[in-house]
Amino acid sequence: MAFDYDKYIRPGKLPHIWCPGCGHGIVMKGLIRAIDTCGLEKNNTAIVSGIGCASRLPGYLDFCTLHTAHGRAAAFATGVKMAKPEMNVILVGGDGDGTAIGGNHFIHACRRNIDMTYIIMNNNIYGMTGGQFSPCTPTGAKASTTPYGNPDPAFDIAKLAIGAGATFVARGTAYHATQIDKLITEAIQHKGFSVVEILDDCPTTYGRRNKFKSVIEMMNRLKDVAVPVKAAEKMTAEQLQGKILTGVLYKEERPNYTDEYAKVIARAK
Amino acid sequence: MAKKVAFLQGNEAAAQGALYAGCTFFGGYPITPSTEVAEVMSAELPKIGGKFIQMEDEIAAMAAVIGASLTGAKSLTATSGPGLSLKQELIGYACIAETPVVIYNVMRGGPSTGMPTGPSQSDVMCAKWGTHGDHPAICLVPASVQEIFEETVRAFNLAEKYRTPVMVMPDEIGAHMRERIVFPEPGELEVINRTAPSVSPAEYKPYDTKFGDVPPLAAFGSDYRFHVTGLNKAEDGFPTTKATLVQAEEERQIRKVDANIDDIVTFEEYMLDDAEVAIVAFGSTSRSARFAVNEARKQGIKAGLFRIKTFWPFPDKQIAALAGKVKAFITPEMNLGMCTGEVKRCVEGKASVTGIFRVDGEPINPGQILEMIKEVK
Repeated sequence: MAFDYDKYIRPGKLPHIWCPGCGHGIVMKGLIRAIDTCGLEKNNTAIVSGIGCASRLPGYLDFCTLHTAHGRAAAFATGVKMAKPEMNVILVGGDGDGTAIGGNHFIHACRRNIDMTYIIMNNNIYGMTGGQFSPCTPTGAKASTTPYGNPDPAFDIAKLAIGAGATFVARGTAYHATQIDKLITEAIQHKGFSVVEILDDCPTTYGRRNKFKSVIEMMNRLKDVAVPVKAAEKMTAEQLQGKILTGVLYKEERPNYTDEYAKVIARAK
Repeated sequence: MAKKVAFLQGNEAAAQGALYAGCTFFGGYPITPSTEVAEVMSAELPKIGGKFIQMEDEIAAMAAVIGASLTGAKSLTATSGPGLSLKQELIGYACIAETPVVIYNVMRGGPSTGMPTGPSQSDVMCAKWGTHGDHPAICLVPASVQEIFEETVRAFNLAEKYRTPVMVMPDEIGAHMRERIVFPEPGELEVINRTAPSVSPAEYKPYDTKFGDVPPLAAFGSDYRFHVTGLNKAEDGFPTTKATLVQAEEERQIRKVDANIDDIVTFEEYMLDDAEVAIVAFGSTSRSARFAVNEARKQGIKAGLFRIKTFWPFPDKQIAALAGKVKAFITPEMNLGMCTGEVKRCVEGKASVTGIFRVDGEPINPGQILEMIKEVK
């Protein structure tokens, strides 16, 4: 039987705002399947986002949803989780929202290892504002504010998360749709701050400026650059040139913030 | 039984007032001269099962208290000038999303880093105009340690009652001064809690005007699921760009405060009945003003004090009425004329308005005010 997405979609809220060919819808479906697998209760689950195309996602889903200000999802979500640690808290957003204006909140959520799951849809661009370069736009790429090519180096979101202390870091792509829910499921089930970066595509503002003739070409790029971590172990440095590792990249067990704060309460009392 | 009495600092009294009001969440960032609030809350909140979190910056602290408030927790943040500037982004969010939070802001010198340990009263305009867009503003300006306690309780009440952020803004003198405080017994001061929704989860809309200008706010993690956004929204909480809806929503948000000014605005009139000179002052400056009024009276000068306790909404009506009775106003303040401008607006030229301004990090002393009383009488 086909999976019943409607169970989790707010009645009357579709169609979504995303352009044809955008991968955000694929990620949303993956998230829904993961939530279903994990059996999260709607009333007990908050989905929090910042600003941008990806951050419009919570509005479509039938949970406690919080569409915050640009970059601030992790900070709002931290307040929700601290005040009600029994709630499941999932963050969604884009690369610009999460790693530029929200960069500080992102790294501190990683450091605290607060038990939340953050799904970053990395389409390498600020889509909603019309295609300005983000901290994840590849060097040399064209954006509306890099007409001569991007001089900036890009963030590796996964490395940033690991370096900042996240205890579960995974990466998938919008092409590898069936892997998305598996990664998000594992992230939600992980106790601690989990980050799932999904390499995504923005045909409207990135693709057309960077010589991608079609959405299919953009999707094929995701297919071509992705190398599962297991497969990468058997590959040479030369073979891995230009490739991006996917799968669970990092996992460790470390005390999470709200559990630690429960100990503070016990000590204070 | 004798009431509990203590010798407390203003900031400590603010923390105690918050706890009295039922605050269970504090999100903050260290900043002089308000840090003692965070220190007390970090020690006291866990004792009652509440939560304290020191966030990575002022904006994050503001975000955390809004997030916590949406779960139903009465939430407080504390800051000072530069922090208030940073928080403005999300103060606007709390306004449009109609989320109750209390912002305790100690006024120090500015702009920018200014004079971190010096007193000032120069954040009062920032309290109203700091965040962009039309929005309601409630700002309380206590003048003593006792009043910081009481006004912090009232700030929580107003925040919950009107679903809006409320600011408590003592100047640095009030915040760091120590004086006697008599703790009210539980139940002695009114404590207002959030109105719970009376409809079923299926019927619930977070901005349902069927329930008036301040619709009940459900809590995340309860039986109610709803959407919150910083975009202009319809009654169901979802974004809208429909002109009539946006206009009505914006007007309702302002009306929450404007239609309830008499419930919100508080003030003290001291020796104004026969006064020819009225001093309009707030915060610690009002204490110097009271001293000056007493001295003037001893010398046979009919001076009085109008003490502003609620800076926003401004006591327009009361100042306007006073303008018909007194000859002259004196407005001493630790800034370059913020309150003075408001008083002039209300007085409409019916009496003279003379400011006394200090921005040198020193308090305005009674002598300065007394001299001015003699000059304008």
